[in-house]
Amino acid sequence: MNGTEKGTGNGESAFTTRLVALVRKETRQMLRDRSNLAVGLLLPVALILLFGFGLSFDVRHAPIALIMQDRSEGAREIVSGLRGSAYLDPVDVETMEEASRMLRDGRVDAIVQIPSDFARRQVKGGAQIQLILNGVDSTTAQTLEAYVQGAVATAMARQADRGGVVSPGGSVMLMTRTWFNEEGNSRWYLVPGLVVLIMTLVGAFLSSLLIAREWERGTLESLFVTPVQPLELVLAKLAPYIVVGLIDLAMCLLAAVFLFGVPIRGSLLAIVVVSILYLLVSLLVGLLISGVTRNQFAASQVALLISFMPALMLSGFIFDLRNIPIAVRIVAEFLPATHFMGVIKTLFLAGTDWGMVASNSAILIGYILVFTFLTRRTLRKRLD
Amino acid sequence: MSTAAAPSDAVGDLTVACEGLRKVFNGPDGKPFDAVHDLSFSLRAGTISALVGPDGAGKTTLMRMLTGLLKADGGTLKVLGIDVAAHPQAVQDRISYMPQRFGLYEDLSVQENLDLYADLHGVPQDVRAERFKRMLEMTDMARFTGRAAGNLSGGMKQKLGLACTLVRVPDLLLLDEPSVGVDPLSRRDLWEIIEQLIESDGLSVLVSTAYMDEAERCDEVLVMDHGRLLAQDTPTEITARARGLTYLASPAPGTPARDLQARLIDAPDRVIDAVPRGGAVRFIRQPDTPVERLGDLLQGRPVEERGEELEDAFMLLLRQHNAGGKPDAIHEAASQDALVSPAAPDQTEGENVIHVRDLVRRFGDFTAVANTSFDVRRGEIFGLLGPNGAGKTTTFRMLCGLLPATSGTLEVAGVNLRRARAEARRRIGYVAQKFSLYANISVRENLEFFGGAYGLRGPALKQRVQTIVEQFGLDPAATSGALPHGYRQRLAMAAGLVHEPEILFLDEPTSGIDPLARRAFWRTITSLSQSGVTVIVTTHFMEEAEYCDRIAIQDAGHMLALGTPQEVREQAGGDSVDDMNEAFIAIVEQGRAHDAEEKTAA
Amino acid sequence: MAPAPNRFPDRAVAWLAEVAFLFRKEVLALFKDPANRIILFAPAFIQTLLFGYGAILDLQHVPYALLDQSRGQAASELIARLDGTGVFSRQATLNNTNQIAPLIDRQKVLMAITIPADFDRRLASGEDAPVQVVFDGRNSTTAGSAAAYVASVVQAFNASRKGVQGVTVVRRAWFNPNLESRWQILPAMIATLSMLQTMLLAALSVAREREQGTFDQLLVTPMTPLQILVGKALPSIVVGLLQSTIVLLIVLLWFRVPMSGSPFLLYFGLLCFNIASVGIGMTLSAFALNMQQAMLFSFMLIMPLTLLSGMLTPIRNMPLVLQYVTYVNPLRFGVAIVRRVYLEGAGLGEIAPNFLPLLAVAAVTLPLSAWLFRHRLA
Repeated sequence: MNGTEKGTGNGESAFTTRLVALVRKETRQMLRDRSNLAVGLLLPVALILLFGFGLSFDVRHAPIALIMQDRSEGAREIVSGLRGSAYLDPVDVETMEEASRMLRDGRVDAIVQIPSDFARRQVKGGAQIQLILNGVDSTTAQTLEAYVQGAVATAMARQADRGGVVSPGGSVMLMTRTWFNEEGNSRWYLVPGLVVLIMTLVGAFLSSLLIAREWERGTLESLFVTPVQPLELVLAKLAPYIVVGLIDLAMCLLAAVFLFGVPIRGSLLAIVVVSILYLLVSLLVGLLISGVTRNQFAASQVALLISFMPALMLSGFIFDLRNIPIAVRIVAEFLPATHFMGVIKTLFLAGTDWGMVASNSAILIGYILVFTFLTRRTLRKRLD
Repeated sequence: MSTAAAPSDAVGDLTVACEGLRKVFNGPDGKPFDAVHDLSFSLRAGTISALVGPDGAGKTTLMRMLTGLLKADGGTLKVLGIDVAAHPQAVQDRISYMPQRFGLYEDLSVQENLDLYADLHGVPQDVRAERFKRMLEMTDMARFTGRAAGNLSGGMKQKLGLACTLVRVPDLLLLDEPSVGVDPLSRRDLWEIIEQLIESDGLSVLVSTAYMDEAERCDEVLVMDHGRLLAQDTPTEITARARGLTYLASPAPGTPARDLQARLIDAPDRVIDAVPRGGAVRFIRQPDTPVERLGDLLQGRPVEERGEELEDAFMLLLRQHNAGGKPDAIHEAASQDALVSPAAPDQTEGENVIHVRDLVRRFGDFTAVANTSFDVRRGEIFGLLGPNGAGKTTTFRMLCGLLPATSGTLEVAGVNLRRARAEARRRIGYVAQKFSLYANISVRENLEFFGGAYGLRGPALKQRVQTIVEQFGLDPAATSGALPHGYRQRLAMAAGLVHEPEILFLDEPTSGIDPLARRAFWRTITSLSQSGVTVIVTTHFMEEAEYCDRIAIQDAGHMLALGTPQEVREQAGGDSVDDMNEAFIAIVEQGRAHDAEEKTAA
Repeated sequence: MAPAPNRFPDRAVAWLAEVAFLFRKEVLALFKDPANRIILFAPAFIQTLLFGYGAILDLQHVPYALLDQSRGQAASELIARLDGTGVFSRQATLNNTNQIAPLIDRQKVLMAITIPADFDRRLASGEDAPVQVVFDGRNSTTAGSAAAYVASVVQAFNASRKGVQGVTVVRRAWFNPNLESRWQILPAMIATLSMLQTMLLAALSVAREREQGTFDQLLVTPMTPLQILVGKALPSIVVGLLQSTIVLLIVLLWFRVPMSGSPFLLYFGLLCFNIASVGIGMTLSAFALNMQQAMLFSFMLIMPLTLLSGMLTPIRNMPLVLQYVTYVNPLRFGVAIVRRVYLEGAGLGEIAPNFLPLLAVAAVTLPLSAWLFRHRLA
């Protein structure tokens, strides 16, 4: 027997051998555990399809109940304005009772009532139309209100033109342009945000089981009494899930472009680099939780609570950070997901802003260093 | 030869040297206690030392301190001349350690597990091929290299764990109860491997074990109890301590040896230990009690002196150490004779309560139980023996109605429990492997739950739980999961008996518990049997077959032998075999040879 | 041996007593662990606050940049109207169009308004005067709301300038007069948050016992699968109702979203909803061979169930196929019941159709899981 066989002091080559062996082990374990892979690969596909096809904040063909108690020309003009809107689907209803029943049952989203004195008051000025909305879904309600207002305004303008009434003085004409998302399609911002969610899911949730599982199955005790170093364990556990994360990223990007027609206006390279950085952060968060709790159930719950839920709620994915109270915003600023969300949406829809990419990457790298250090500590080779 | 690689700073040729070593843990009651107390000893290189002691002696804690996984709370500890507390990694680079539960990755194959540990230890490729070949040959696993470790039997897993530990030649090998939960055949193989390696590689080994026959093979034995070292000497010297105290008594014809054994062991002030063996009872008297003073216990049965063994000396040491202390496990549990009020004492003995004919269970292509037939009579203790993976547990699960049989008939108390109405299940008690109970609720809450599940209610339940808690010496307020292993087993027994069943099923009830607790367990079983309860038990401690009225030996799903222990010993090779272990190995090997013949003939 | 009761009332009492023992054991095992006590109730608490403060879709703060090239009277009137809403706040006053892009790119402002130099002159001469507004569309929902808001301000400005009373649309929003999105989301949380954990809890209940080997011990007792089912499902249902109560109290007392309906009906709806989701959890549990599988299975299910519940986005916006899929989603009906009772004050008659799918799910999953107890071989 000679010294080399002891595996001591061989520095780099022994380190490489051990790391390769551990990576191989983690990869095999991952591949053989179907339920893990299902969460890592199938759930992202399901989420992509659901977010891409299933979820939409955009109101199209919303059914509204129309009660016409006045059949004057002006009233008919308004009705045709409503019918002409691509967003609204008016149905004629006779009575308010019936309409309100339909509204309650969710068969219509709003009631438009043209009162019997409409024509009379239109002549005098000050004609009114009643719009009743179901506030339970306040988002849809607000959008509908804007559409109804728009349709009425258009109808009135048309009537004015036809009547040849020259309005005294000019009007302010709004010419709006929406940058980055000309059609105002909610899918365009949901799909890039989905990259964040999926990276968080694969990262934090799956990795939160890894160290805890070894504690629960008692496999660490034998592993500790080998020349293996804590950092090697951390790196080896990251490796296979980075690959899964990259596959998910590729699926997201392909689906975004080819399935949903979301543009990628920024640098693809920047997207990949930032995504890998964020993936590392969330993997490390998961590992850290796993190492601290040493229990798979607790680890998965904590991972959901402190990484997935905030990424969903507070990163600016659906809910605009500008609308939330300042205290909650401060919390949001501490989330790695918030920084990733900002840069990924920009890279998809706006283009490459290298300054932003650099500063957000720096923040993510900072998180990586901190979490690596902390995770390594949880794997220090002691049982007490 | 490997010592050549040891660095020059090694203190002489000592592998382990400790002085005043101490480790404090917080007990389940929150109070700190010394798991290892003021331990001082040293081990020489090139020797194999055994560490023996009951549960809670501090064996595993000591092992973990040697590996640097636990930090001592006091004293000094040097392993291979290195201060472990200061340089754990330096020690870990040079030792190999097999924990009690070796961390095999169950989803990796045999070969992949070996490769992983070889890489981690930095075994060079050229050395590796030859080493693997040898390990696989010795463990007889060359056929299974592609199989997932999780699909191996318990014995095979231990062998693979040993192989992974020994992918390289360490300067010190630490084995923590390598043979726990392993059947005699695998145990024999395991020791053959260890001995071959000691021979060829000049290993230094420290092995903890619950088996005295294993300790006997070592150069040196360290006896520990309650964190203290009771003795360190050669096996011969330790054995000599019991000289002149050991006897053999024969029971009255037609009565089981266990009845005599029970009488003897119930008199701890005069008798240190008693076990049935080969149809007779071996016992040790207290040094201050001459054998003549045992007349009332022996009831005139013939007694002869016999040669002392290591186990005798071990029991003597433990008893002397515990003398004056709290009453020990055996007598606490077995002090009440009427442990259980007889379920149906008036019914005729000899009536079959379990009836099994041509029982078969297949899992896909694999036949776990093949064509098994046997009967168990009321009041009998029936032992189901076999190596790991023989089909014992599968048979058991079918009897209890947990698993449907593929074909064949089986009746327990006249019904098939799988199809029977729930009421029929009131008549049986079941203690599952590993004493599965709800870990985070208290002893009382566990017992009340099981009592309630069996239909006991109100004051009757409270009364019954109180009685059984007292009988088994349990603390009702203790959290079940925090109980020491031996007490967990008692609680499992108590839960299985809370509804006073007629038939009790016990699946490996003594696996992983120490000799003291095992004697206490069997004393309880003897009492139960005397009160008319039928007991069906699986075990792989062959000497425990001696407590049974009849035993069946299973291997690879086939029934190889069925009869009284005496009949089985005769089948194994006549009267010369009085050791159940040998009888078992002989029968299983005959069976396997026969099987192989049939296969080649076909 | 315990006496076997024969008469019906005795048998029923004995049956219930055995279930009660299992229930008691489950509850004890669940709550003895201090970590469990935290894990079961802290998330409901924290997430309600998180959603209450974070899940806001209403436009509350729109930072904007102004490039006013006209510097005229009419322009400043228009801007004053905008600032007067309290929603729009000017972050920057610009000098040239090149300054717009960096501000929007960096998300410093949500929109930029450009008022051309000839704005006042055009208005005065009776011509139409264009005002250009650029929005950041990275969150198109926010952008859309802001656009609609600006449009209504401009409309009002036009009307007042001309002194003409056009047709006004008088809006009344039922059940949520100020159309606050918090009202939309928080009551739905009463059902959603409890499902996240009750389903998992139910999924772990049998899987844990299988993994720890206690399930065999349970199966050999005289308890029937039905008793085991009831004893194991009840604790999860109770925990679900407790979590719902925590959320309900926070929504009611902290966020002060007024409740219009009957608390009894609300709890009855929650009960049925919990039974259905626990049924799904129990089926997963009976299928899973270990805790890890149970956990991953339920997680895979919980995500889509939440997304397809109509809590965030209307069911009607989904493709038809997915709309059919939502019929087996208890959360869809749970959310519907809670919202309608809580916000609309709906009565049993109005929400009755929502109960059918819930009961159907329970009627399939609960017997299936009871059957699986004995027939799923480990």
